[in-house]
Formats: sequence, structure tokens, C-alpha cells
Amino acid sequence: MTAETPLIGDHTVPETSPLAGARIGIVTFPGTLDDRDAARAVRLGGGTPVPLWHANDALHGVDAVILPGGFSYGDYLRAGAIARFAPVMNTIVAEAGAAAGSPLPVLGICNGFQILTEAHLLPGSMIKNDHLKFTCRDQVLRVENTETAWTSQFTQDELITVPMKNQDGQYVVDDATLHALEDQGRVVFRYVGASPNGSKNDIAGVANERGNVVGLMPHPEHAVEAGYGPDDATGLREGTDGLTIFTSVVSSLTGGNA
Amino acid sequence: MSDFNIDTVENAGDTPETELPWAELGLKQDEYDRILDILGRRPTAAELAMYSVMWSEHCSYKSSKVHLRQFGDKVTEEMKKDLMVGIGENAGVTDLGEGWAVTFKIESHNHPSYVEPYQGAATGIGGIVRDIISMGARPVAVMDPLRFGDIDHPDTQRVLPGVVAGIGGYGNSLGLPNIGGEVVFDSVYQQNPLVNALAVGVLKHGDLRLANASGVGNKVVLFGARTGGDGIGGASVLASESFDDTKPSKRPAVQVGDPFAEKVLIECCLELFHNNLVEGIQDLGAAGISCATSELASNGEGGMHVELTDVLLRDHTLTPGEILMSESQERMMAVVTPENAEAFEAVLARWGVEFSWLGEVTDTGRLIIDWDGETIVDVDPRTVAHDGPVYERPYHRPAWQDELQADTFRSAEAGQGLPASAEELGEAVLDLMTSPNMADKSWITDQFDRFVGGNTALSQPDDSGVIRVDEATGLGVGLATDCNDRYAYLDPYAGAQLALAEAYRNVATAGAVPLAVSDCLNFGSPEDPEVMWQFAEAVRGLADACMELGIPVTGGNVSLYNQTAGRAIHPTPVVGVLGKFDDVSRRTPSGFQRWADGQAIYLLGTTRDELNGSEFARQRGHLGGLPPAVDLNVEKTLGEILINASRDGMIDAAHDLSEGGLAAALAEMSLRFGVGSRTSVHELCERDELDPFTALFSESQGRVLVSLPRSEELRFTDMTTARGFPALRLGVVDAESGGIEVAGPFPDGSFGIGLDELKEAWSSVIPSKFGQVNAGVTTTTTD
Repeated sequence: MTAETPLIGDHTVPETSPLAGARIGIVTFPGTLDDRDAARAVRLGGGTPVPLWHANDALHGVDAVILPGGFSYGDYLRAGAIARFAPVMNTIVAEAGAAAGSPLPVLGICNGFQILTEAHLLPGSMIKNDHLKFTCRDQVLRVENTETAWTSQFTQDELITVPMKNQDGQYVVDDATLHALEDQGRVVFRYVGASPNGSKNDIAGVANERGNVVGLMPHPEHAVEAGYGPDDATGLREGTDGLTIFTSVVSSLTGGNA
Repeated sequence: MSDFNIDTVENAGDTPETELPWAELGLKQDEYDRILDILGRRPTAAELAMYSVMWSEHCSYKSSKVHLRQFGDKVTEEMKKDLMVGIGENAGVTDLGEGWAVTFKIESHNHPSYVEPYQGAATGIGGIVRDIISMGARPVAVMDPLRFGDIDHPDTQRVLPGVVAGIGGYGNSLGLPNIGGEVVFDSVYQQNPLVNALAVGVLKHGDLRLANASGVGNKVVLFGARTGGDGIGGASVLASESFDDTKPSKRPAVQVGDPFAEKVLIECCLELFHNNLVEGIQDLGAAGISCATSELASNGEGGMHVELTDVLLRDHTLTPGEILMSESQERMMAVVTPENAEAFEAVLARWGVEFSWLGEVTDTGRLIIDWDGETIVDVDPRTVAHDGPVYERPYHRPAWQDELQADTFRSAEAGQGLPASAEELGEAVLDLMTSPNMADKSWITDQFDRFVGGNTALSQPDDSGVIRVDEATGLGVGLATDCNDRYAYLDPYAGAQLALAEAYRNVATAGAVPLAVSDCLNFGSPEDPEVMWQFAEAVRGLADACMELGIPVTGGNVSLYNQTAGRAIHPTPVVGVLGKFDDVSRRTPSGFQRWADGQAIYLLGTTRDELNGSEFARQRGHLGGLPPAVDLNVEKTLGEILINASRDGMIDAAHDLSEGGLAAALAEMSLRFGVGSRTSVHELCERDELDPFTALFSESQGRVLVSLPRSEELRFTDMTTARGFPALRLGVVDAESGGIEVAGPFPDGSFGIGLDELKEAWSSVIPSKFGQVNAGVTTTTTD
């Protein structure tokens, strides 16, 4: 596949390639920033990225959806609060919560996670970091749930390093829900080391009850290509731990044959 | 329709005696007389507003123009070969090959950032990014050279956190990685911080756009944010005057930014370019609509007719003059053919961007602006945009310059009682690395997103920021900005050349071939002949050096009047150099890598007794003498060695020697990835006839430290020998020791500094002043 640096967002729906295992929609809202990164991550994970547009409720038959990072609507009012009302979200909420059949896998990264909580696909909410500053750093996470569509290729309690960058990353949730999340093993990612933002129980990412919807604040799509990721033991910017999230979903969508 | 009387052209002709507030708008008597001359009548209030902002120092370069011509004159054909657009447009454009081009520019937002740090710094990013979009390019990264007052001064507590939050708040929201810059603390920047911003963009050759209004009958459209009352007089009364206690607060002259509006505007403009829907485009920055209409008109067919009441406002009480002067952010003006108007509107609707059609391009040679059908401006646009006053400001070498240059480090008290024993030298290195200027700056840079876009191959604290342009081939660019204001103060001619030499060296150290220069010339008041001399010398020095290095200045910015209460800043010619990588995966990082245990460490270049203006002298409170000598031929050869070594995969780390000399470079290369070293300065002291103190702290130019596998040593030294370039093996990378060990002709053996201790001290300096970001957090761990 030829790599590209698109000069403008290409929002046409590509032909499904016979080589591409899974078609994964990536939503662009006004103010979305990491959509091209998410598309690259899907490509490197073996899938076919399909651009989805906030104002259009059609999902073009995608097999999974990623809500990428950024500042949708400038984070005005509250991060994710406006994006949650976009037409595309109506379809995503309906398909992700479908009672019958296998529900749509959805991953929310950073602002995408914030949108998922605003849309009530995931519990809890994000408030400003306890130190009140935007912070960008390489962050170590522990993968605590490998049952979801997005984490199946990790090993239980695997430590991964991915970039984290946000200002509103402190995960808060009421005590009853927090207990339920812990009891049901729905904490998917947890910060390792001292808390970067004051999140409850160091939670970095959670899943819904069925495990098809996952949200996390750090950015796995920035750790998919050696030379452009976080630093790791092998050297400068060599970290690619985030790629497993994308190979996991492609694998689960194609029955493990990706 | 208005609550105010409209001063029409007709009215101006009928009431020649009416007094106008030209002095309050920043115009001088002779400038006002010239406007009367040009128009043959008194200007209307609206015309006066336009002339006052467009003829301001900030917009017209009236004091600097006669000097800046050297950047256009001192160029060879060879230097122009990759240049697609030179000085004069919104930003210069350089060919990168493979059908790609790159555009970059550096600008200042100093005064607004002092008055209102958050918004001043934020809109500095916004403005430079719009310059890049105006060329048809996608912005891909930003950098920020920052200079603040003394770290312990109370006002630095107000200015620095606001500036950093503003850059982050705006730049992070645009999805642009922040890949580098500088942070300097010096009391000369007290009450006059320097907040410079660099943006870089990439484009395909066919996407190039220029600011001109061509095609009679084409429509003129204003789009983006609405026009409000912010930033009125930003260019004239704020940026073009010195600060002083007797004048009223200038806060209303600072613009207020909306990064979300800018992000949407970027995507919207790129889609317009992609679909070929605009004939000419200009961003609205300093002088707002005054600038956009007059520049577009005078660069095109020469005429334009617009209706000002069609401008969308967020404050309906604004007068025509205020609308013309407003510097509200996130606005663009474009020229669109009538056939494309519908498609243009569709793209804007898709991105939710507001617009209003204001008028059309004419061939009358006049810029006519109506207010509700009545003409309030009728001028030749060239007289507004290009024919502003040009001053041959008087200048002379300051009387104190000789005395300053005679007061050398060695002759002064500062040069007495220097560290000589291993113990003293070890302590001196620790003191150096924990001084505010050498300390870890990640408290600042961690508030910026360096990952977005997925193309960042290097960022701070490496010597250059490196961005991949083409994912298929790895084609990319490296960028560095530098200036040592202390050198420039000692000798402005040499200081500007030293700034260029350092930026050039930094780009080459990362492995990129230097291609082009952008400069941000920050100086005091041009009305002071001594400051004007500093400026003239710096420009002459920079132009001469560019010619010698064979890389052209493609654009930049002049910021004058950087003085408060009569005290000017040091001359600060910040120089940005852009270089090209055929494949950015070849970039060389600036620190010893974890797997590099046992690699050889070489020092390239010659060390002399050059401590005047150094960081060590700063610690002793001394500034005098002549700065280090600059030899551009040495820099060129050194650059070639580093670029070849990177291309052929010979070296695994390289770091240039600048502030703090060899001592700082050794410490920084170990701090980068926490990997220690064992070196000796015995041979260096012998070869270059130095005492160990000078070997460690001298700031001689043209020097770089590299680390390379032992298997590459022969090939590497063959290359340096062939080029007659000094290369000396100092020691080895030691990943096990956890320290920096330096031997030498000391009376008491060698000194060692534990990396943990050094890192702790080095990284806690800035947080101890401005607050912990992550309380209790040190670094990420891998187990």
C-alpha cells in the first residue's frame, strides 16, 4: 500500500481492498486532530480506514469505529459535550448498543473517550488534570482486560508505553460505578507509576459491559511506527506498543485471520 | 444605520480644516504631511486609520527596509536555485524535490505577550500559521524561541506560565506538533519578553498560492471569524512604540484567539486550494482589513471596490476606522471568480465557516471602500501598502562598545580564582547545569504536543526538530532556531553570524542539508542611533554570512521598540535554519543511546580560549570582551562531515557545542537518555594548548561531539582526515556506570558526576520556580 501525506482530509469512501481485513471508520468532527494518525494506525494494523464525517449519519457499512483525539468544537462548553450530538453519533450509539447480534466495536481515544462518556456509551467523565496543565509525555500503562475487541492480542497485565497528551484527562466516576468497573474487570488500561492526572484508581481506559466499546486517554495511534513513537528501551521514538490495539481489532473482525 | 457621523471623502474635501488625531494613531508630523500630499486633501477618518497602521514600523519596515535590502542583494544565482518564492510574500517557499516544497517563517509577538501573556503568545502562533496557509501549504509544525527576564523576578512568574499556556492552548488545538525552540532567562528581557514563533508548512508545487487580487470582476470575500474590537492599533500603538509608565494600558490592543476557529479555517482553506477555488488569498494579521485590501489590490490589477457594511461583526458599535484597523484573529480574505462563488460557498458551509462577499477587483488603480453606499476611502492602494515612509535612521557605534570589548573575561575579576582541581571542576559542571539557562526545559516543552501528525522524527531537546514530509520516501525537513544575545551585544555583526552558524550547525548535526534561513530581528528603539547601529551591523553580518554559507534568507520579521523605560534589550537576531533530509529515518539524535555502550566519543573542531560572553562568565556576572570567533568555512566542512556521517550511518549521536561548551555538551548527551560516559581531556589540553578549565567551558564555535560504533571509527576518522578537520577521541559511552567521568591533567585525579544526582538537580530547577506539574512523578519506568 502506498503511504501518503494527505494535504487535505479525504472523506470519500474507498473501495474495499481484498487484502484489507476489516473496514474501520474514523470520525472527523470539526476540531478533530488525530484522524490522520488513526487512519495510519489502522493501515499499519492491516485494516482499511474509512473516513466518516460528523454531519453524516451513514457509517458506510464499517466493521468498527474509532473516535480519534483532538479538540472537537474547541472543547467549548465541556470536552465532547457538543460532538456527542453530531448526526454520526446517533448511528454509532445505536449500533454499539444494539441488543441483537454482535454490537459495533468502538474505540474512543482522548477526545474520543470524552465523547463516549458524554454519549453514555461509557461511564464516568473527564475533568481537568489535577495539576491544571496540558501535559505531553511517554506513559506506561498496564493492560488489565484482554477480552475486549481492541485488546485481545495483549497478554494479561502487559506493560505498554504510549504517548499521553491532554489537559482534561482526570477520570472521575461515582463510587458505585467505580466498584462495578473494578468488580467486572472493566478497567482496561491503568496508569503505572505515579498518577499523571489524579484519575480515580489510576484508570486510563475502561470498557462497557459487553466489551465492544473501549475508551482511553493516552494515544496508542502515536505508537505504531518505529521512529515516530515514544522512546523505548531500543531507542529514540522506537516504541510501537500501540499497534497491538489495531491488530487486535482487525484480527477479531476477520476471525483471527488478519 | 449608524450612531456615528460618517466622514466621507466628499466631507473631507468640504472640511479641510477638521483636526484629525493622527498623532494619537502613531503618525509623525512629516508622515501626516505626506498623506495630505498624496491625497491632495485631508484624509477621511477611515483613510487615516489605514495609513496609520500600514505606515507603522511593524507593517511598513520603515526603519529597517534600507538595511533589509541586503538579504535580497547579497545572493548568488546558486542560492536562488531552490527558491520558489522569496522575501516579500507571506512566507518564502523552497523546493524540496520530488514535487514537494516547504515554506517557513518566524515572527515576533513580543509586546502583546508582555501585556497579556496568554493571548499574546496564542495569537502569535495563530498569525504565523495563517501566513503559512496563505501560501497554499499545510502547516506541519511550530517552534518557539522564548526569552524571559530573570527567573527570580516576580514578573517572570506572571509572564512565563501565561506564555507557555498560550502557546500550548493554541498550538495544541491546531494539531501542530511543537518541535523545538529556545528558552533563555536574562534580566535584559525583564518587562520586554521575546515571544517568537516559527511555523513550517508543506505543499505540492502546484498548490502554491500568492497574495494578489487579479482578474477584473472577480469577487472579494472575507471569511472566518467575525470582526470585533480586539487588537485595534495592535500594529501601530502596541508593536511600534516603547513601553513606558506614563501611557495608558495597552491591553485592548491585544488580540484574542480562538484556536478552534483557526483549525477549521486551516482545513477549509486547504480544501479550497485543493479544489482550485481561489485566485488569490491573504491572511488578516497586523492591520487587518486595511492590510488585506491594500496589499491584495496593489499586488494584482491595482483596484478594488468594497462595501464595508458587509463585514460581519461581533460588535455592531464599531466605526469604519475601527473595522479597518481591527486585528481580530482567524480571518482570511480571498479573491474568487464569479463562476466559483457557489462552490466556494459550499466548502465554507461544509466547515461551518462564516463569510461575506465584500466587493470586486477593478482596474481603476484605486482602492474604494464604501460605507452604506457612500465612499469613505479612495486611495491608490500602493501608497498604503508599499509607498510608506522609508527612513535612513541615523546610527553610530556606541561610545561604550570599545570599553565593553576591552573588558575581557580573563582581564576581569570573573576570570580569577577559576576551578582547576577535579573536585572544583566537577562542582562547576554541576553548578552550570543547574543554572536556569542550562536546566531542563521539559516543564515548558511538556505542555506542548510533539506527537500529533505522526511525522515527528526529532523534537526538543534534540538539536533540531525533524518532520517527515512524505511517508512513502521519508523526505523531510530539519529546523533549528538560535541566537546568543550576549554575543550579539558584544559584537552585533559577529553575533548575528554566530546565531546563523549555530542554527546551521544544529540542522547539520541532526543530519539535514541546510537550505534556507528565516530571521526574527528583535531590537530596541530604532530612534536610538546606538540601537540602530546594532541593527545595521546585525543585518550586515547575517547577510554576509548567508552569502558565505550559500543559503538565502526567505523571509522573516523585524521587531523594534523592544525597550521599556528607556532600557533596550540585547540585540537578539534569532535565526531559523531549515534543512532537508532525503530520508528522516537517518536523523541523528543528540544523546548517547541505551544500546550504545562502549561506543567511541569524538570531539570535532578546535578549542581556543574563548570565554567572553560564555555561560560560565554569566554565572560570574560578567559580560565583556569579544565573542568567540566565527569561521563559516569551518562550519561548512563540519556540516558536510555530519551530513555524510548520518547518511552513511556512521554515527549514532551528535550534539553541537554551544552555551556551556564541552562540559554542557557531555552532560546533555548523557542526560538525554540517562547513559553515562568516560572521557579524558588530557589530549585535548595538550593538542589545543589549554588548561582543563578552558577545555571544558570555552565556547569556541565549529565543534560537535559524536558517538559512533568502534567498527566505524576508522571510516569516520578517514573522512575527517581527508577533509583536514580536527577529530579527537575523548573516550567512550558507558551505559553501566550511571555517571559522567572526566579525567584530565588535574592535580587530583578525575571527577565523576552521578547521573541520578545530576538529573534530579537539573530537572528540578524550573519546576521549583513555577510549580510541579506531576507531583511526585519523575520519569516513566519500563518495569
